[in-house]
Amino acid sequence: MKNNSLLFFLFFISFVQAKQIEVCESCSIKSIREALEIAENGDEVLIKTGLYKEHGLIVNKSVVLKGEKGAVIDGEEVGEIFTIEADNFTIRNLKIINVGSSYTVDYSAIKVVKAHDFIIEDCTFESVFFGILIEKSENGIIRNNKISSNRKSEASSGNGIHIWDGDNMEVYNNQLSGLRDGIYFEFVKNSIVYNNLSTNNLRYGLHFMFSNKNEYHHNEFRNNGAGVAVMFSKFISMHHNKFRLNWGSASYGLLLKEIYDAEIYNNLFEENTIGVNGEGCTRINYKNNTFLRNGWAIKIAGACYTNIFTNNDFMYNSLDLAYNSKVNDNKFENNYWSEYTGYDLDKNGIGDIPYRPVKLFSYIVNKTPEALVLLRSLFVDIINFSEKVSPVFTPDDLMDENPKMKRINDSI
Amino acid sequence: MLKILKYSFYDLMRSRWSYVYFLFYLLLGFVLLFLNNDVNKAVITLMNIIIVLTPLIGTIFGVMYYYNSKEFTELLLAQPINRSKIFMGQYLGISISLTLSLVLGLGIPFVLYGLFKSTAIFNFSLLLVVGTFLNFIFVALSYNIALSTENKIKGFGYAILMWLFLAVVYDGIFLISLVMFNEYPLDKFSLVATMFNPIDLSRILILLKLDISALLGYTGAVFRKFFGTNLGMLLSMLILVFWVLIPIVRMNFKLRKKDF
Repeated sequence: MKNNSLLFFLFFISFVQAKQIEVCESCSIKSIREALEIAENGDEVLIKTGLYKEHGLIVNKSVVLKGEKGAVIDGEEVGEIFTIEADNFTIRNLKIINVGSSYTVDYSAIKVVKAHDFIIEDCTFESVFFGILIEKSENGIIRNNKISSNRKSEASSGNGIHIWDGDNMEVYNNQLSGLRDGIYFEFVKNSIVYNNLSTNNLRYGLHFMFSNKNEYHHNEFRNNGAGVAVMFSKFISMHHNKFRLNWGSASYGLLLKEIYDAEIYNNLFEENTIGVNGEGCTRINYKNNTFLRNGWAIKIAGACYTNIFTNNDFMYNSLDLAYNSKVNDNKFENNYWSEYTGYDLDKNGIGDIPYRPVKLFSYIVNKTPEALVLLRSLFVDIINFSEKVSPVFTPDDLMDENPKMKRINDSI
Repeated sequence: MLKILKYSFYDLMRSRWSYVYFLFYLLLGFVLLFLNNDVNKAVITLMNIIIVLTPLIGTIFGVMYYYNSKEFTELLLAQPINRSKIFMGQYLGISISLTLSLVLGLGIPFVLYGLFKSTAIFNFSLLLVVGTFLNFIFVALSYNIALSTENKIKGFGYAILMWLFLAVVYDGIFLISLVMFNEYPLDKFSLVATMFNPIDLSRILILLKLDISALLGYTGAVFRKFFGTNLGMLLSMLILVFWVLIPIVRMNFKLRKKDF
């Protein structure tokens, strides 16, 4: 595909001299609409410094759309700004503000329909409904953008980068805040999301639906309704991400629902109400993650099979683990638990007695959530202790046979 | 009254136990901060200790002091001094000296480890305020018990039983009733139930400020709505004040009729 576009490009250079069209108040072309009308494939439209009150712009040619510093496109909260129905285009350094909101139409700053081989980079979007909305496209790169909004409720807000039916997309170095979902993938495959910062979003920092074979890494998700939600997807690799401060009465660091064959490693879950919430997850490997000061480190609901937790650090969580169904064949091996009180007589770094991550109290809380009011009460400490000495209620097959004595992932 | 207060206070200050108590808290503070340098985390650990230990020490000190100074009290009663002044003086003397041990014992290490530069200062002061309240409440309760019980051993027994009830048994009954009546809406019930136990009330008050407010989920929402606001904070402080006042009133009532 790359070769193709290069040939395409060479073809244009040799036959039609690509021209630059400048748009400014004192130029011959005063509006972006005019410029787009006269532009031909391969041209570059340069938007010079100034305020452009335009919306409903349609791009159906392979152009480079470039903004000068200080060029602002103001949609005046009416509707869509750019709709792009072309391949091989580039949008660079634009600043777009005030996209219209609607409860029936997904208005966005840039909407891309059925395109391939495009780049959207270095743009700033402020007070948008949807930021970048991509439909049925492939081979896109979205990088170095800043998308922000100041929405109050989930119903009246849109997503930052929304991709519906995409293939081979690359989303990196973006900053997203104040939106509904920072990044939303639906029916997207073979794509990669990295180095993004997603904060203060109403719903999720990053959201996958029916999207298989994707990867996200080195992102940071902070203060969102829930950090990341991965639902109904297969073969997702999640690593080196930071899920922090997703704190609220229904907040998660990572929400997994109907997930198969995922890899979750080297992530940091810090101060989330629930670090990882899993429902219907199968064949998931958790490796080398750090769970630090969460309310619950991990909460596992029904129908989870073959989840394997190895070499994770569980540190200072109010409750390490909550289970409300059978343990099935989920396994905990070689993790470090800050609450482990066992000993290591043979000095091999592995505790000699197994650790049981589910305490009696977390078992009770699962049955009667109100009982959480008694957290840190002396009575609770006493019953936890007696349960630890002789387990009666908590599942006896749920334990870490070889708990580590020292922290494993010091680097995070 | 001031004179008696001063006397009791100095008497306690001179006694070994006040120093032991003070040194205990001092050591605790230093060890906690030495083990993890994070003031924030130390505050959470400290909470566990304060809500269990302060009431216990207050109870034991109160009962012990009453029985130990009984002869001197009887001597004072022979003088033309108002009865309630004598006992109030003693009561305040104990409470204030215990509070001083607590505040200084914990305050010094935390200040040395940079409390003023940390964000935990508000939480820490809340902890001290709650500790102070618990001191006043439990000394008053134990004085009540001691006044009503002539027998020293029985008095001690009842006082310890009271502490055990409020610190442990109450929560047990609370938990059992929560589990039993699972099908009913329990948020109002649990809110009211915490009011009737000063230890629970203090614990919730600190917990909501510290770490788990969001953890509580739906119940938490009710609790946060109540305790989280300034009004709720004020109201729960007021309830703690009532917890001090009611035993004091009963004490004075008892005094008037008691035949020494």
